[in-house]
Amino acid sequence: MSDPRGQAELNTFPRLLMQHAQQRPNRPAMREKEYGIWQTYSWAEVAQNVRAIACGLAELGFKRGDRLGIIGDNRPRLYWSVAACQCLGGIPVMMYQDAVAEEMAYVLQDAEIKFAVVEDQEQVDKMLEIREQCPLLEHVIYDDSRGMRHYADTFLLGLDELQSMGTAHDKNQPDFLDGEIRKGQPDDVSVMLYTSGTTGKPKGVCQTHDAFIQSAKGGCQFDKLTENEDILSYLPMAWVGDHLFSYAQAMVSGFTINCPESGETVMTDLREIGPTYYFAPPRVFENLLTTVLIRMEDASWIKRKVFSFAMDVAKRCGAEILDGKSVSTSDRFQYWLANLLVIGPLKNVLGFSRIRVAYTAGAAIGPDLFRFYRSIGINLKQLYGQTETCAYVCLQPDGQIKLDSVGKPAPGVEVKLAESGEILVKGPMLLKSYYKRPDATAESINEDGYFLTGDAGFFDEDGHLKIIDRAKDVGKLNNGSIFAPNYIENKLKFFQHVKEAVAFGNGRDYVTAFINIDLEAVGNYVERRGLAYSGYTDLAAQPMVLQLVKECVEEINAQLAADPMMADSQIKRFLILHKELDADDGELTRTRKVRRKFVSERYEVLIDALYSGKKEQHIETDVKYEDGRQGKVSADLKIEEAKTFAPQAAKTAA
Amino acid sequence: MAREIGDVILKMEGISLSFGGVKALTNISFDVREHEIRSIIGPNGAGKSSMLNVINGVYHPQEGQVTFRGEVRREMEPYLAAKQGIARTFQNIALFKGMSVIDNIMTGRNLKMKCNVFQHALHWGKARAEEIEHRRKVEEVIDFLEIQNIRKTPVGRLPYGLQKRVELGRALAAEPSMMLLDEPMAGMNVEEKQDMCRFILDVNDQFGTTIVLIEHDMGVVMDISDRVVVLDYGKKIGDGEPDVVKNDPDVIAAYLGTSH
Repeated sequence: MSDPRGQAELNTFPRLLMQHAQQRPNRPAMREKEYGIWQTYSWAEVAQNVRAIACGLAELGFKRGDRLGIIGDNRPRLYWSVAACQCLGGIPVMMYQDAVAEEMAYVLQDAEIKFAVVEDQEQVDKMLEIREQCPLLEHVIYDDSRGMRHYADTFLLGLDELQSMGTAHDKNQPDFLDGEIRKGQPDDVSVMLYTSGTTGKPKGVCQTHDAFIQSAKGGCQFDKLTENEDILSYLPMAWVGDHLFSYAQAMVSGFTINCPESGETVMTDLREIGPTYYFAPPRVFENLLTTVLIRMEDASWIKRKVFSFAMDVAKRCGAEILDGKSVSTSDRFQYWLANLLVIGPLKNVLGFSRIRVAYTAGAAIGPDLFRFYRSIGINLKQLYGQTETCAYVCLQPDGQIKLDSVGKPAPGVEVKLAESGEILVKGPMLLKSYYKRPDATAESINEDGYFLTGDAGFFDEDGHLKIIDRAKDVGKLNNGSIFAPNYIENKLKFFQHVKEAVAFGNGRDYVTAFINIDLEAVGNYVERRGLAYSGYTDLAAQPMVLQLVKECVEEINAQLAADPMMADSQIKRFLILHKELDADDGELTRTRKVRRKFVSERYEVLIDALYSGKKEQHIETDVKYEDGRQGKVSADLKIEEAKTFAPQAAKTAA
Repeated sequence: MAREIGDVILKMEGISLSFGGVKALTNISFDVREHEIRSIIGPNGAGKSSMLNVINGVYHPQEGQVTFRGEVRREMEPYLAAKQGIARTFQNIALFKGMSVIDNIMTGRNLKMKCNVFQHALHWGKARAEEIEHRRKVEEVIDFLEIQNIRKTPVGRLPYGLQKRVELGRALAAEPSMMLLDEPMAGMNVEEKQDMCRFILDVNDQFGTTIVLIEHDMGVVMDISDRVVVLDYGKKIGDGEPDVVKNDPDVIAAYLGTSH
């Protein structure tokens, strides 16, 4: 194919952009709400603006390979800056907009950033604050000029001025930018995304054009995304998911990115846009559902009746209808009615009327929550991936949704399991390297070219990948079967009555667990049954509560038994702790994760009791109160046996 | 640059106001310069709100004269004040509780609307174009005050601090050259006060609006004012820059009490 501009191969983002500007110049590429009205930018306009920004940057002295810091909410002009930077062969580095100045200083230094495009005065102030620490930083360009009139510093420049500089430059030397775009190669680094750095300092993950384009193509093909999709881009630009879903996939398939007006208006914007393609972490779905349920509780009894009818019908057959399974005519009719009366209007209120594909990831999603959205006809699916793999490893195929799996390996991705159960992946989406960290790169990619995810998992009989835990937490029971404490604990925590759980079993004969009840939920439960209690310790020791928790544990056991890999991990014995695990006592981290080692040392007598067949155990624990005083809590804890299921019998019991 | 303090635009001379036997204000004179932030402070019942009401013509003083932009009057009239670009907010919020934020702010544009009630009722042609234009102005105010997320919420459902902000918005929508703010921060927590201060300073800075402010929070007053007038029992007991006023023995006595 002959192409005068040498863009026949659409293997870099700038080439893709210019191609869209030619092929679909008038289709909306981006929308942004300004002064209460949605403004649309067509692909041609976007390309024009990107050219202007790119030329402006070049005029300022931005060179091939330079890094461009980008900080702010999801604004069209910041996305354009990403593309502009790529046109010049630069590497955009997005940063989390709510990070404090100090954290930004680290990234600015680490990535040796000379140019930064920031959203507004707030971010400019941060840049000025850390200027001393980042001597390399030469230019800070701001998008929103509000409040910037008194900043006379030559270090600062408005994006408007940069763009007009660039427009003039582009007019004088129209071949300059096309030449730069032609120089771009698919294996150039297209973007640098920083890992969250929960373990050690954040690392810059270098991804190539090819990696993101392949991942985006794979995803679009997998979900049959077209240029007609609308997506609401509201998750941080610095997060790999936003870069894949909003930037890369839109560039590949030419669909429309919608930027919310502000962080607080996302719900309204969602409703006005009615996206066809949507991503949210489980927490967002949970908040939405809670809002709906609370409003239903305040509704009149007729409305409540109709709502509960619709929800019953949806629970019975909604997900099956969505998956295209066979459903009886009467159920179909009832679902049609429920949809007419409740489900349709409900989806409209939530802004989900047009959704074709929705994804969730980032944390485990509760089964009830997941089922709810699927039952009202929202094609909610899960995926698996990390920054190092362009958030593209596994996807759930339409119609084959399993609650606790993350689906099948995505097109072009090879997934295999190491001896230890660790998930290894290979494919075009792998990182090129960690920036300036050859040691870390070598550590995370093995000699066969597989990336070590650090997660442990296994494939079920249908080839779906299940993630069970971080690989380093996974142990083995004495009979050799796998023990994944997080997997079991997460299952327990999905019950509203269970707040926290700690499972034991590594190097033991069977699995046991400590359980923390949720004071509010359980308190409510016993109050409705006319039982009085004096506090957490008292409540935790009530026979009624023990029975309640026992039912939860047994339900988990039934689920575990259904899974051949996990059948041995059923919880044989458990106890309810006499105090809540607390970060002040060092039992939890500040982000509320259980500190396994500390807990097992502190409560050694309890663990011994769990494995010794005792029926009761006395315990005395030091506690720290919020005002710093020390105290003691003591109790006699009952140890309960839970019913376990034989692996084969499980299917009928569950 | 907007924030350069200009000439005197408002001059109050020998204002005395009484309600029957109650003397609210006695022979008070002070002036306000263009683009400045001028505060009126004083203990409860000192006559601060009465003073604002005299400025925009709600109260008619028995003695004295008001000079606004060179026009000398015995007394101001509310419609004249509004016409000449004086907007105000109230101590006890005076918004339309059942109307949305947008509609409330829109009422601030009323004076600028040219079409009559029938044209607006039909919402056609000129009236429509006019509404679009005004709506745009209102949206600019909403953007300025960062209240996009509540633009369609009925005002009655908003927390107090936000209602105050909406009221400021309505005053701003009239594009005033002078704003009278009656205790804009009363009853607010520290964070809300900080926000409000920032907005007042931004208004003053960006639009060059002259601001006459009544406020009880001394910290705020001393921080943001260019000049301060102190009233006590209807009399002026101090006038000048914050630092001067702060150390004036009469002012200290009025605020802290003194042994007689």
